[in-house]
Amino acid sequence: MNPRDTFRIAISGISSNKLRSALTTLGVLIGVSAVIILVAVGTGSSQAVESRINQLGTNTLTVFNTGRFGRGASASGTQTKVASLTIADVNALDDPNNAPDVKSVSPVVSTSETATYGASSYSTTVEGSTASYLGAEDYTLQAGSAITSQEVAAHAQVVDIGSDVASNLFTTGENPLGATIMIGSTNFEVIGVLASKGTSGLTNEDSVAIAPYTAVEDHLTGYSQSFSELIVQGKSASTLNLAEAEVENVLAARNDTTVADLPFEVLNQATLVSTAESTSSTFTVLLGAVAAISLLVGGIGVMNIMLVTVTERTHEIGIRMAIGAPKSAILSQFLLEAVLLSLMGGAAGVVVGVVGTRFQIAGVQPVIAPYSIVLAFGVSIAVGVFFGLYPANRAASLRPIDALRYE
Amino acid sequence: MITRQLFGRRDKSPEGLRALPPRGATAPARPAHPVPDGGKRPVIVLRAVSKTYQTGDVEVHALRRVSLTVEAGDFVAIMGASGSGKSTMMNIIGCLDVPTRGYYWLDEVDVRQLEESDLSRIRNRKIGFVFQNYNLVPRTTALANVELALAYRGVKPKERHARAMDALGQVGLAERYQHLPSEMSGGQQQRVAIARALVTTPSLILADEPTGNLDTATSHEVMALFSRLNAEGRTVVIITHEQDIASFAKRVVRLRDGQIYEDSRFVPVHTSETRVEERQAPGAVPASGNLSGGAR
Repeated sequence: MNPRDTFRIAISGISSNKLRSALTTLGVLIGVSAVIILVAVGTGSSQAVESRINQLGTNTLTVFNTGRFGRGASASGTQTKVASLTIADVNALDDPNNAPDVKSVSPVVSTSETATYGASSYSTTVEGSTASYLGAEDYTLQAGSAITSQEVAAHAQVVDIGSDVASNLFTTGENPLGATIMIGSTNFEVIGVLASKGTSGLTNEDSVAIAPYTAVEDHLTGYSQSFSELIVQGKSASTLNLAEAEVENVLAARNDTTVADLPFEVLNQATLVSTAESTSSTFTVLLGAVAAISLLVGGIGVMNIMLVTVTERTHEIGIRMAIGAPKSAILSQFLLEAVLLSLMGGAAGVVVGVVGTRFQIAGVQPVIAPYSIVLAFGVSIAVGVFFGLYPANRAASLRPIDALRYE
Repeated sequence: MITRQLFGRRDKSPEGLRALPPRGATAPARPAHPVPDGGKRPVIVLRAVSKTYQTGDVEVHALRRVSLTVEAGDFVAIMGASGSGKSTMMNIIGCLDVPTRGYYWLDEVDVRQLEESDLSRIRNRKIGFVFQNYNLVPRTTALANVELALAYRGVKPKERHARAMDALGQVGLAERYQHLPSEMSGGQQQRVAIARALVTTPSLILADEPTGNLDTATSHEVMALFSRLNAEGRTVVIITHEQDIASFAKRVVRLRDGQIYEDSRFVPVHTSETRVEERQAPGAVPASGNLSGGAR
């Protein structure tokens, strides 16, 4: 029995009951395409999360004021001092002697205000900071110039606006540079427009207005001792952990406390990235596992149909054995039939999977992972072999006399 | 494996097959058991063959110590009522079943020593089966059905096709080679089955009630075909319970209760004439004629 004959017999077996073969194939098709699509959704969403985090800059630390009591609780009555992030802290951290791995420190005061220009208005997030803020937050200028240290010192009412702010306020196409816009009830002069960072952030990063923190405190938030957060830029991503330790030590020393009791939270972007990565890979594995189960169910469908086929064709098997078909020929005939069924399902599943990933699913643009195609296709063949082996073996082990008598 | 060597040597030296069991010698690895030889080369040698089926607590003795020798070129009808053990005997002769006790040499090969894989080879090379209900592979053309036996042997497609067409020509169905079994009458299907049986040039053509589903005229056509094949030198064993079918044979063996109770020869094994010609059987027409049977 040459392979071509075996192939022909298997094909005629499959085509003898087309609807049933098609439905069996459909089971594998769904399994394979589910693996490809769901893994693609997982990969797509993890890539989206990663790119979001990368936009924040991977070599920055964010120091948050947690609002816990600091500087040693005052012993006088119930009065306590609230820990604060002051400009003195900023200067201490900016000192290369204290923190050699820190490149820059940018204090942030932020508030939400409505910006108006003429008849247009747009709600913005106003970030009051220093000259190093743009670099630390990975903003680039599309036009104009960044706020300078002199402007910070001079409490200058100047602002760099995000691209969405610019497009929403300056609707008639006039040049925003040099224009005076109203933020809250204060006039600010636009000195720069930021390049778009995209809208993929948790917050829209293009709806910001960045001004000297001194001016923001004067006119919008009111003067407070403490900044809400500090953006610390490390010298490089690889030394970020060193920088984190330095920042914690400096702040602990300045607050007469230990690192463990620090009233601030230091958020390391690198940690955030790895956390997000492990979360999204768990997510992908979970989706893949669900899809794998449907592939398994498809495989069981193949086995089920092959068992039915073997039972239905027992008499035919008897005839073949009587005219001298060896066990191996019967085995390979049914095994090949099972493998062909799952192979066709696998191939169609790859097509459906690839087409399916072209569409957005639940707000995520799926990204095809090539390994998932190879894996799903390979597994579908393995499923055919695995689930076809038992029925085929059952057919081949029939005693010819019993098979012939079977009606 | 003894048989592999035998098969391997077959093409080069036909004598190799005679190594087991030689005339009057002992079969290796088995108790001494002489193979009787009536002077001719026997195709079938059954010695003290018993077959017992276990149905629940009851033992059914389908065959009781049956001995039978069929020479090459003979045409034997095995007769008996249902339950007489003739089908069991046919299954054992056809290597579809194995005896509970006793010995069986087919074409001088001790079948009891063979593995299942060797038995399938025996069935393929030495036996051509014809069944009562034709047993053609469904959804497969007449030609493909006939070719199938050669395909399992590994014959190349081109040669296979030529031999299958030749066999179909011998049974007068050359023009219908592309028909499916469902498109053919019973007589035609049975002739395709006969073509399939003889395409492998077996030592033995074994037919189990080949006319059981056919009307009288078609039956006689089919039997005339068997007679012709026998006249060409093939050994034919048919099983039947009809006297007029048995009358085509040169020798009739009657079974009753699992034992042979009558064994009569009407025509010598080696003769140019067949009984059918003597008898001028009604409806017996040369099978190569372009006739189609009526019964389904």
